[in-house]
Amino acid sequence: MARYGMVIDTRKCVGCTDCVVACKTENQVPEGLNRDWIADDLTGSFPTVHLEIRTERCNHCDNPPCVACCPTGASHVDPFGAIVLVTPEMCIGCKACLASCPYDARFVHPDGYADKCTFCIHRVKDGLDPACVSVCPTHCMTFGDLDDPNSEVNRQLASRPPHALMPAAGTEPRIFYLT
Amino acid sequence: MRELVLTRHNELIDPLVRVWGWEIPVYLFLGGWVAGMMILVGYFLLRGRNREDTCVCSVLPGTSVVLLSLGMGALFLDLEHKLYVWRLYTTFEVTSPMSWGAWILLLVYPALAAAFALRPPGILRDLFPAVDRLSRRLDTPVGVRGIAAANLVLGISLGIYTGILLSALGARPFWNSAILGPLFLVSGLSSAAAFGHMVARHHEERELLARSDNVFLAIELFVVALFLVGLLSSSQAHVAAARLVLGGPFTASFWVLVVGAGIVIPLMIQLLAVTHRIAHTRVGPLLVMAGGLALRFVIVAVGQVSHWAKV
Ligand code: SF4
Ligand code: SF4
Repeated sequence: MARYGMVIDTRKCVGCTDCVVACKTENQVPEGLNRDWIADDLTGSFPTVHLEIRTERCNHCDNPPCVACCPTGASHVDPFGAIVLVTPEMCIGCKACLASCPYDARFVHPDGYADKCTFCIHRVKDGLDPACVSVCPTHCMTFGDLDDPNSEVNRQLASRPPHALMPAAGTEPRIFYLT
Repeated sequence: MRELVLTRHNELIDPLVRVWGWEIPVYLFLGGWVAGMMILVGYFLLRGRNREDTCVCSVLPGTSVVLLSLGMGALFLDLEHKLYVWRLYTTFEVTSPMSWGAWILLLVYPALAAAFALRPPGILRDLFPAVDRLSRRLDTPVGVRGIAAANLVLGISLGIYTGILLSALGARPFWNSAILGPLFLVSGLSSAAAFGHMVARHHEERELLARSDNVFLAIELFVVALFLVGLLSSSQAHVAAARLVLGGPFTASFWVLVVGAGIVIPLMIQLLAVTHRIAHTRVGPLLVMAGGLALRFVIVAVGQVSHWAKV
């Protein structure tokens, strides 16, 4: 059983937002809402400054609080690739999952249910990469099975020290950033 | 220095989370208040006070049903996918406090209805003979003890659940404290005692409720202190969360409305009343209830603003 994740090379990401546009188009994300976004993270003081540009989305956490808190089971870990998903017909729109996600990765779809990145599961089932990964002009994202020691994601993870977002929140994210 | 700029601006999420408006604090307040009333009903029934014509325990169950229904109405208004609300009752999700709450609420209604049926208003007895028959059947020593126990256990569960609902959301450090359950429980008890104090017709009962309300308020003050100390002695994110009410933007609302007007001032007023230096008035109890509502509003608002360091 696969456990899908992503490795993102922040030295390659230029923040062009192609991934954002690709996601909105592929998944028909309603106007004004985003399943993925760009973070410009500037640290330090001049002249010693460091800029990390990241493409961010739901981290498909291994310990997802959004799934634990859902009162109806609408938020669940799909057996296919352990991808964290929402079943709209089971969601009551209580917003507990929005409050439980430390990354603020979820939003309420105008139709009333909780929505977020699905890792483009419909494409992955067809053997394709998620839309954001496939359009990136700098190839900064790699998608694959974290449980497969020979996968490209694991080769990337071994190449440079990776970091995940907000490790202290204890959600065990499956998106890793190479600095 | 750190500057983080996102291209995201999702409604209810950015720039600060505000997924819950007035509905959830109102629901939590009414739920806590009803929980407190159930505990008082349980206590009075165990003491055999239901034999007294004027016992406040004949007023509280009916009032609780109305208040709880209003609270559930507020909760329903908050749902974004209202037509699917029945999905709550097609499953039991053991890790979800909201799922526990949904099922607890389902048990609370029969417990309150049974307590109500012990002393239904005369007009109901006259109009519906079945109510009278039910009342007689329930009014046995075993029946009364069973109803008392159910109200006590479910009242405590309901009161604690209203706090756990928030404290289980670890993404918001201000809520992430196990003390929130006991805090909401004791606050619910103080609102219930304050309400009982206002509506009690029996002098002795009014005194008892005012005295117990003072004890609940003193405990609440202590629990508030524990809650803040707990946050301050935890991780950096929790310390930052506590600072939101210790010098941060919510300092005035927390200390003036919740602690000052909602706990300390009514406690002083009621201490004077029970020592017979001033007469019993409605000012103290009304302040206690307004403070309980303010507590939920402030805690829900502060929690949504608190977050982990975005690294
Ligand atoms: S990033 Fe948020 S929404 Fe996604 S799995 Fe983790 S907690 Fe859930
Ligand atoms: S909003 Fe929907 S998916 Fe999220 S916790 Fe509530 S029912 Fe579950």
